[in-house]
Amino acid sequence: MVGQRLLFGAITLLAVSIIIASSVELLPGDVATAILGQAATPETVAALRKQLGLDLPFYQRYGEWLWNFLQGDMGISLTNERPVAPQVGERFANTLLLAALAAAVAVPLSLALGILAAIYRGGWFDKLISSSTLIAISTPEFLVGYIVIAIFAVELGWFPPLATLRHDISFLERIYVMLLPCITLALVVMAHMMRLTRAAIINLLASPYIEMARLKGVGTARLIVYHALPNALSPIITVIVLNLAYLIVGVVVVEVVFVYPGLGQLLVDSVSARNLPVVQASCLIFAGTYVSLNLLADIFSALANPRLRHPR
Amino acid sequence: MKSDGTNSNARTGETILDMRNVCIEGYGEDGWKTIVEPISFQLKRGEVLGLIGESGAGKSTLGLSAMGFSRGGCRISEGEIFFDGMDLRKASETQLRDLRGARIAYVAQSAAASFNPAYRLLDQFVEAPVLHGVSNARDASQSAVRLYGEMNLPEPETIGFRYPHQVSGGQLQRAMIAMAMSCKPDLIIFDEPTTALDVTTQIQVLIAIRKAIEAANAAAIYVTHDLAVVAQMADRIMVLRHGRLVEEGEARSLLAAPKQEYTRQLLNVRTERKEPAQVDREKDMVLRVRGISARYGKGVRVLENVSVDVARGETVAVVGESGSGKSTLARVITGLLPPYEGEVAFQGEELAGSFAERSKQDLRQLQMIYQMPDVALNPRQRISEILGRPLRFYLGMNQASCRERIDELLREVELPESYAERFPYELSGGEKQRICIARALAAEPRLIICDEVTSALDQLVSEDILKLLNRLQKTLGLSYLFITHDLATVKAVADRIVVMLQGCVVEQGEKDEMLRPPHHEYTELLLSSVPEMDPDWLDRVTADRAASGRLG
Repeated sequence: MVGQRLLFGAITLLAVSIIIASSVELLPGDVATAILGQAATPETVAALRKQLGLDLPFYQRYGEWLWNFLQGDMGISLTNERPVAPQVGERFANTLLLAALAAAVAVPLSLALGILAAIYRGGWFDKLISSSTLIAISTPEFLVGYIVIAIFAVELGWFPPLATLRHDISFLERIYVMLLPCITLALVVMAHMMRLTRAAIINLLASPYIEMARLKGVGTARLIVYHALPNALSPIITVIVLNLAYLIVGVVVVEVVFVYPGLGQLLVDSVSARNLPVVQASCLIFAGTYVSLNLLADIFSALANPRLRHPR
Repeated sequence: MKSDGTNSNARTGETILDMRNVCIEGYGEDGWKTIVEPISFQLKRGEVLGLIGESGAGKSTLGLSAMGFSRGGCRISEGEIFFDGMDLRKASETQLRDLRGARIAYVAQSAAASFNPAYRLLDQFVEAPVLHGVSNARDASQSAVRLYGEMNLPEPETIGFRYPHQVSGGQLQRAMIAMAMSCKPDLIIFDEPTTALDVTTQIQVLIAIRKAIEAANAAAIYVTHDLAVVAQMADRIMVLRHGRLVEEGEARSLLAAPKQEYTRQLLNVRTERKEPAQVDREKDMVLRVRGISARYGKGVRVLENVSVDVARGETVAVVGESGSGKSTLARVITGLLPPYEGEVAFQGEELAGSFAERSKQDLRQLQMIYQMPDVALNPRQRISEILGRPLRFYLGMNQASCRERIDELLREVELPESYAERFPYELSGGEKQRICIARALAAEPRLIICDEVTSALDQLVSEDILKLLNRLQKTLGLSYLFITHDLATVKAVADRIVVMLQGCVVEQGEKDEMLRPPHHEYTELLLSSVPEMDPDWLDRVTADRAASGRLG
């Protein structure tokens, strides 16, 4: 099963690279006009194109890129003429750090809140949680970002509004600077995870084995944590991993709002510069993350099933 | 108050449960409605009370109320429930929790669904004793091994380390009885504990339950719809119908001389007998199955060299336990599972292995009726659409002749014509099964395969369905292949009987011949396992089998 899924994943990545290359091709203007800006005359543009190899037909350029990529060469950035790999790598590390920080806050918190909401189902706590998560889900993340800035940076002045990283700052300072985007991301993903945790548990409360446990004299908290939760793990794991993927892939907007030097920010800049090699590399990293986390979700939720862990 | 483990010394005859005018309500479309009318009874140590009735009679609800428990959407609205002097209706949630599992235990209908799939049997056994402070985990594990042994479970030392899905249904049910005994309860509630089991397994579980009640000197409430089962288990019987007490009495006298008409009906159920069909088995063969072997995917064989014949106008009953391959045989005949060996011939011509390669005519002449009428009918279609579809598809009827034929079909299955405009959810279970029969008839088939068609229905209702099938066979000259695990059904409808075990045909022949000794060993086991109304039946069978060394 895993081998088959890996093959499908590779095919998905290939399809993604074709779609991206042709979408960039379809955008008006190219890297030559973007670099030259005001100085663009038909002659200078043509010369730059020839120099960058843009005068070749699309399929030839794509084929060459693919051939190099398969050999591990991500190419040269068209704007600053440095190799793509280290640039993208550094930015991806930043994005991963932000995602990990957000996940470290969001996953335990949403699991705990979801379980509590299930235990106090129908009470004021449950209702408060339900309505606040609904609000969080329906608010666009950039708005959440600006609201967080307005409250914590502008009004209270606890945190800097922008999460720009200088090279000389310590790790702790780094975390401090990243807290606002981290909170924003956590707020966005927590709602999903918590609602699903609560729903997956409550869904099981009507099962005969839960009634049986109740008739054995098991109290509510143990009923939910010990009897219901292990059987609800499979959907919960799936939604957690999908949200992790979202934390890495979906950060683009949040990074832009906080001017955080992550991969998403780089992607946005590169698209406006029509810098195809960087766009390709970033998008493939995003797509690869998504594909592998999806695979991971399936593996973990299969492992959560006792029937598969302990065959007859 | 905790059980101190000495209740086997407690005085037999002491009243442990006293229910006074208990009334239970259920929440429905028009608010709270009474589902169990005020009812009173007392239960002494060592005594077993049988609660009997059809589905919807309120017997399970009443049984659960003896734990002070009501399911979601139900509430105990009136009365007093005294357990060992404490009124459970006035008890706090904590007090109730202390009782449940410790002094009052519950055994559910489906052990497969009532064991938590995430934990091993032993973990679930140990939970209640540890939680209630009756014993520590190690002592509880030891008593688990002892109880598993008493319940005749294989490998009592290690079976507790298995997960529920690794154990068979009958063993799981016995493991659940052992679990109920874990704190030596004073009262045990058995809620249809053998309904989901085969007869051969049921008998072992019944013996286990008896042992358990005796050993604990506990009182028990035994809820079931099967009068023959309750006759073996109960000292006293209460017959319930629509939430009302119909009749109550000491078991033997109630069975010997029922006072109420409804009780008499329950006792007389399964008296339908089919007139033997006059068939020419040489010339008029409808279905001929020869040497079929089949398997799912690349797995083990589920059918091995099976041969069965069905002549025009006769009913062939295929019997066997769950997993014996009877339903797989139906799948092969209908072309849902192509066999890898053998052939199926219909009216003298060989049928293609897969339904996709069969002609419309072949498909039309071979129809099927299923076990669960609830799921066999599209809930979003009116009855007229459900019945109209085969008429248009197979017979190409137009709108007008369709209407006429639908009315005719409804009359044929003894339903009013006005039902054509209804949706399935507006019908009762028996009525839905009649619609399924009408749908099969709409195709004007030669052979109908009936797959456990009455096992989801109440006994009185299924009796009517069997009568209807017999009448239709006589008037229309139909042939039935009747798949069932219930030998009473077989007696009611069959001309011939085919006994299957582990994918093979063990024995087949004329009904009268098959029901008369000598039998094949397995047929004998099946036949002798069907409970009889005689309260001494279980003792007799146990003694017989112990004598011939065939128990366990």
